[in-house]
Amino acid sequence: MISVLLILIPLIAGIATFLIKGNNLHKQWAVLASLAALVVSLLGICGSSISLNYDASWIPTFGSRFSTKIDGMSQILCLLTAISYPLIFISTYKNEYKNARSFYGLMLLSQAGLMGVFVAADALLFYFFWELTLIPLYFLCSKYGGDRRIAVTFKFFVYTFVGSLLMLIGIVYLYYKTPHHSFALADFYALKLSIKEQGFIFWLFFIAFAIKMPIFPFHTWQPEAYEETSTAVTMVLSAVLVKMGLFAVIRWVVPIFPDAVTHNAPIIITLCVISMLYASLLAVKQDNFKRMIAYSSIVHMALMCASIFAMNNIALKGVMIQMFNHGINMLGLWIVADAIEQKTGTIKFSELGGLAQKAPALAILFFIMALANVALPLTNAFVGEFLMFSGLFQYNVYASSLALLSIILAAVYTLNMMQKVFYGNTLPATENTTEVKRNVQFSLAVLSIIIIVLGVYPSPLINLTKDTVLFIIGK
Amino acid sequence: MNAIIISALMGVLLMFTSIATKNKQVINNIALVALLFLLICNIADTYNWWSIKVDTKNMFVFTKFGYFFNSIAIATTLVFVALSGNDIIKIGNYAAEYFVLIFFVLCGIAILSSFNNLLMMFLGIEIMSIPLYILTGADKKNLKSNEAALKYFLMGSFSTGILLMGIALLYGTNGSFDIQQVMPSQELIKHAPLLEVIGLVLIFSAMLFKISAAPFHFWAPDVYDGSPSVFSSFMMTIVKAAGFIALINLFFYKAESLAHLWRILLFVVIITTLVIGNITAVFQQSVKRMMAYSSIAQAGFMLFALYATNDTAKEGILFYAAAYSLATIGIFAVLARMDDYTLEGYNGLAKTQPMLAFVNAVCLLSLAGIPLTAGFFAKYYMLAAVIKTGSTIGIVLTIIGVLFAAVSAYYYFRVIQAMYFKEGNSKVDNVTPSFKYALLVLAVLVIFFGISPDTLISWFYF
Repeated sequence: MISVLLILIPLIAGIATFLIKGNNLHKQWAVLASLAALVVSLLGICGSSISLNYDASWIPTFGSRFSTKIDGMSQILCLLTAISYPLIFISTYKNEYKNARSFYGLMLLSQAGLMGVFVAADALLFYFFWELTLIPLYFLCSKYGGDRRIAVTFKFFVYTFVGSLLMLIGIVYLYYKTPHHSFALADFYALKLSIKEQGFIFWLFFIAFAIKMPIFPFHTWQPEAYEETSTAVTMVLSAVLVKMGLFAVIRWVVPIFPDAVTHNAPIIITLCVISMLYASLLAVKQDNFKRMIAYSSIVHMALMCASIFAMNNIALKGVMIQMFNHGINMLGLWIVADAIEQKTGTIKFSELGGLAQKAPALAILFFIMALANVALPLTNAFVGEFLMFSGLFQYNVYASSLALLSIILAAVYTLNMMQKVFYGNTLPATENTTEVKRNVQFSLAVLSIIIIVLGVYPSPLINLTKDTVLFIIGK
Repeated sequence: MNAIIISALMGVLLMFTSIATKNKQVINNIALVALLFLLICNIADTYNWWSIKVDTKNMFVFTKFGYFFNSIAIATTLVFVALSGNDIIKIGNYAAEYFVLIFFVLCGIAILSSFNNLLMMFLGIEIMSIPLYILTGADKKNLKSNEAALKYFLMGSFSTGILLMGIALLYGTNGSFDIQQVMPSQELIKHAPLLEVIGLVLIFSAMLFKISAAPFHFWAPDVYDGSPSVFSSFMMTIVKAAGFIALINLFFYKAESLAHLWRILLFVVIITTLVIGNITAVFQQSVKRMMAYSSIAQAGFMLFALYATNDTAKEGILFYAAAYSLATIGIFAVLARMDDYTLEGYNGLAKTQPMLAFVNAVCLLSLAGIPLTAGFFAKYYMLAAVIKTGSTIGIVLTIIGVLFAAVSAYYYFRVIQAMYFKEGNSKVDNVTPSFKYALLVLAVLVIFFGISPDTLISWFYF
């Protein structure tokens, strides 16, 4: 039942937002609705008496059911989604959007889609939500943001649409392989596919997910999309949406195509290492705050993807908790980026400087985010990256050593950014800046607390991953 | 038999209403009632409550499949007339005639859905086509409409000639018009006389002409672009779907034995249709012409059903026909009232007419095959039918198909971009509240079949 609530609350709230009239009412309504979803997701984790899963007939002629399955990994990602949305709404509370009604409505609809992806246990249902997430986001990205947003969003849309259609072919193929023609996850897991079939269908699925993550060479939509779309939407994209790709690989690829995964692991890990180094170097060269975060995100996503294919206990645990941590850190970075853009009207490093004098609270909070981005010990990202690197090390020493270079580069670009934006002399753009508003401080403070608490005491999160990891390794 | 007889009778009846009344609105309403009556009669026939029995000497075989297609065709025509009736009566001075012709087209469609004899097929195609030649030229003062009608008529008669030639060759070798006897079986096809194979290919080509598949598509863009918008939507949807039903009726019976000849031919036809339809549509500036090419592309997708020729394909083509017709009718209902048919003409429609833009967007998403709309399950059905055949070439075909589906998303989304994200002042003429509500009902239907396709599918099984 929890899973249905997680989908229904944002869905109904989102549709209702379109009907609400009044000025600030939809903002409050959106915050309330997203908080309600957060409460439900926490209830699910704390183990209330309400059942987690749900199963009902949907399209009997196809043998497709509206069935959900929440395991530890789903809980982590549902929690991430549920935490992100209220923080996004609160931190951008003061931003004005033209036609705010549809902005908040579409945001909530996208949340419903994301929740659906993370809980679906039926391939057709999964595909349904996978695409549905895209439609509200398509409208959000095209409607709000920079000058080139329409073209950029369209590129993003076409990329992911091609990927998902290929996946649809894979899904239908597996459907006809199941003995009683069903889309159920459990039936897909029970399939015994020949190595040749696996090799073929694996790529149909993997390309869809690789585009979403994105890893080299499918990444070209991402930096542009992050830069051009409005920051609230970018937060959804980078904190939650890209996790769909990793999540889907763990749930829908690894257990179904075990042979293909082992067989193709070297290729994919190579691609991931290439994207890590490539994106790190590009990040060092950026003069644009948003683009730098975008490339830094590619680095982290590629590391997570590589760790999945290392296929061992430690790396998988690392991936799952890092999915959460990466989301939190991304949110923090984008909130700061948005605050700076709103205050100074620019996000170019060359035009910024000395912000620490003007906005000390922002500087301190951002410092914590920056340390988390570098994965310093005592921050949440350290735990995840440590686990992933040690897992990757077990798989292949050379690959992991090359990947480790990205940590050094991360320190270079993150601290460089810190220095350029917050220290040094003030420039014309930053001359008249003031401290950021309370709502931004509040969101950043919440994120900082999460970062430090999970950095010191990560075991609740690690415990959540146990059942999924055991199941995957068991396969 | 109900649909065939009653649609013809209704046509004659409507012809006389124009003597009784000159009020066009009344005629429109009478046509709506007549369509509803026709639908009820067909459903009564389906469930065997009441039907006119005529001994057709095995020239017709009435199957569930045919009945359901009739119902879908009549129901979508009903939606079409309800939405666009006001535009139909505005085209010329004589309103009743247009409705009469639409009923005659329906009569032809009813024959095509149940023939068991090549002569009947020929009759059906002619009964369906001749009224269309007239409807294409309905806008007599418009040069483009006249040109389209002439083009359509000349090309149409040419394809009729080819069809007749094919039928004659089959008759010559088999001495029968009966489909069961004419279609060669597994052993025979290997030793079939060359004339018979040529006959089959000729019939097939003539049918490809009717469904505007490449390389017989050249008439389609000009005709769809030139004829009055309301009638192009009718021709693109219901009439084209009927062509598919005729093809399935004709070739389904011995599909297995024809498979090897057939699939190579179809593979080539499908790929060329997808390439030509989609790539040309990308470059169009006029939405109406873009829809004409998009309808060629959609025909390419529907041909998947013919490639697969299994039960899933049969179900799928019915679902596809319904989903595609609803979406296209919705888009054309809005288009017919736009001042400017170009993409720029759609700029800013979301601001001036939010409801129209919303319905248009839903229909476009459905054509692109996005989940939550009926179009998704239509595409799903086609892919599933081909994958079910289990051949590697089939999978290659589906992969090519989905790549072109992504291309099609490009041009459908350009209209959405124009409506929602571009600044502009698009003008729409006489949008009445009732028109808006009818459109909303259509959008709800599209979404409803997209969430719960079972309501429509389970109907195929009853």
